Formats: sequence, structure tokens, C-alpha cells
Amino acid sequence: MKIVSEIIRGVMNENPILILGLGLCPVLAVTTSVENALGMGLATTFVILCSNLLVSLVKSFIPDKIRIPCYIVIIATFTTIINLEMAAFLPDLHRKLGIFIPLITVNCMILGRAESFASKNNMFNSLIDAVGMGIGFTLSLALVASVREILGAGQWYGFNVLPSAFRNEPIIAAVMAPGAFLTLGFILAALNIYKSKYKKEG
Amino acid sequence: MEYIAHILHIAIFAILVNNFILAKFLGLCPYLGVSKKLDSAFGMGMAVIFVMTLASAITYVLNSLVLVPFELQYLQTIAFILTIASIVQAVEIVLQKLTPELYGQLGIFLPLLTTNCAVLGVALLNLEPQNNGQLFDFFESTLSGFFNGIGYALVLLLMAGIRERLDRSDVPDSMKGMPIALVVAGCMALAFIGFSGMRF
Repeated sequence: MKIVSEIIRGVMNENPILILGLGLCPVLAVTTSVENALGMGLATTFVILCSNLLVSLVKSFIPDKIRIPCYIVIIATFTTIINLEMAAFLPDLHRKLGIFIPLITVNCMILGRAESFASKNNMFNSLIDAVGMGIGFTLSLALVASVREILGAGQWYGFNVLPSAFRNEPIIAAVMAPGAFLTLGFILAALNIYKSKYKKEG
Repeated sequence: MEYIAHILHIAIFAILVNNFILAKFLGLCPYLGVSKKLDSAFGMGMAVIFVMTLASAITYVLNSLVLVPFELQYLQTIAFILTIASIVQAVEIVLQKLTPELYGQLGIFLPLLTTNCAVLGVALLNLEPQNNGQLFDFFESTLSGFFNGIGYALVLLLMAGIRERLDRSDVPDSMKGMPIALVVAGCMALAFIGFSGMRF
């Protein structure tokens, strides 16, 4: 029961993007389509799983003063692994995500979890925390990408969802740079409205 | 003359057309975190220019003299992030000695430059083929780091100016803080798209 509530905490109450506001660069950059967003989310989940696990395993050997560089090297190692794997097995997706795969190294969400959770908790709890955070990250990416892909191309995961009259002249700005900022801004605002209503009723 | 035009081309592309924040989405955490006050945004901007220039120069040398001759390109990410971490540490020590006030203001954000994707991003992008299909040499790569840093600082300062005024305006409750900052950033990105039509 505790495992489920821990995972839900990562997805809802402490969602890394929508609540904590960590690791925003990939959220805005790769969310032009749901496919890219899921690929990026899963790659990041892999890295956070492995790094949380390893950090919690070696936390007692690492001297306190150089812990941050150690965490960064651990994260960079797993990023390199997923980068090479994707280049070999998913070359199309790898080309589309481009520079943002190596940049998983500097995603503040992963370093943040290593520093604030994995370095203080045991292996199992760190793993559960990473699963929750990874799912929360992937779902938020998918949410932003859904809005942008539907508005910007009239499609969802490559399937046509809006009539062809819309698809022929979609809101191109939604898949361009401004659309990313505006979409996330309005999603956060909607979340604030929901939260204030929830508070009043509760 | 040809060469000056070439450098100007790199500068305009880096600062306006392919702006790191508004067109490439790199380094957004400090962009939204430090842009609440003009003077701390200025300090952060200067730090970014300095670190990005240094990082571009050093990672280029590291790549062409060590990684490529020994066929170790797959270690790029790890080697670069360690280099950047050391540079940031050095800048931190210098800043602490020279201007303690500025150091106090930047506080937590200076160590965060290590995990600023703009710095690692510029190091990696410098090694990729550019718009004209050619690779940067050492000088061009350093300049690209410098100009991209200027573009970053420019947008950071513009944003800080806007947010100082936003503090005094009447924003709906639900839009306060992060949402309005993102919407403002969206409007700025819309304005910067205008530059992408520039041809030489």
C-alpha cells in the first residue's frame, strides 16, 4: 500500500514539472509530438531509475564534499548508455530528440532526486521514488505534447483527431517555440485554479 | 572583410535568430529562477557569458586533442560535464574573492551553472555541423560560446525588466508566479521568431 502511495506522490503531489518546476528544458523542447515526448520521458525515466539506485548504493562511500561531482558522473554514465542504445536501436527518434538526449545529464530533476532523496534513503525506497518521478515526468511531457500536437497538427500520436479542414491550416505557432511557453503557462494556471477550488471545498 | 562578415553572421545567428532560451529552450531553470530582479539577472548573465566562452574554448581543445585522436568520442558527455564543473568551481572561487555582494546575490544559482543545459549545450552544439554544413574551428567555437552567452544574458535582462514591472501590475490569482512568467516568455519567443526571416 505504501509503495502505491509513494508512486502517486511522485505523479501527483510532487510532480517534478507541474508542481516542483524542475527540468523544464526538455518539457518545452521535445513536446512537439506525443511520440517524441514519450521517447524522452522513457529515456529520462531509465536514467533516473539507474542513478537513484546507484547513488543509494554507494552513498556511504562518497565523501560529503565531492558528492555533487560524483552524482553528476553517475548520471552522465547512464545518459551515455541510453544515448548509445537509442542511436543503435531507435535511430529515427534519436535524431529527432538530438542534443536533448545527452542533455539528460544536466536535467535538474535527476540531480535533485539524487541529492534530496537517494542519498538519504535505502535502495528500495529510492527505486520507488524514481519510478514515481519518472512516471510523473513522462505523463507531464505527454500532457504538454498532446495539447501542442492537437493544436499544431490536428493529430495525436500521429493519428488524425481533428477534421481535415483544421489539419490543412493548423495553429502552427503551437508547435513552434512560443506555443511551448504558452501551453505550459496555461496548464500551470489551470492547475492553480483547480488547486484553489479544491482547497475551498476541502 | 569577408571574415568580419562571417563573424557578424555567427553573432546575429547566436544572439537573435537561434537564441538559446527562446528558440532552443536551453537553460530555462535560471531563466525563470533568477529573472525576478534586474541586478541579479545582470550578475547571472555575466557569469553565463564568462562560463560559456571558457567552456566552449576548453571543450573544443579537449575534443580535438584528446577525444578524437584516441577515438573516445563516446565519452564526450562525461568529459565535458566534468570540465564544466571545474570551470564553474573556479569562477565561484574568483567571484567570492572579488565581489562578495554579487556572490551573495547569485547564491544558489552559481553552482547550478554546472547543471545549466545552456553551458553543456553550447559545448555539444559547437562540435556539430553548422547551418552552412561546415564544422567550427577553435576561434569560431569560442566566439559562438561568447555570442550565445550574450544572447542568453540579453533575454535574461529583458525578462527581468518585464517581471519587475509585473510585480506592480494586477495579475489574476491563478496566473501569479510561474504561469505569467511562461506566458511572457511565450510572447518574447513570438517576437524573436520575427528574426528567423533574416537572410544574408
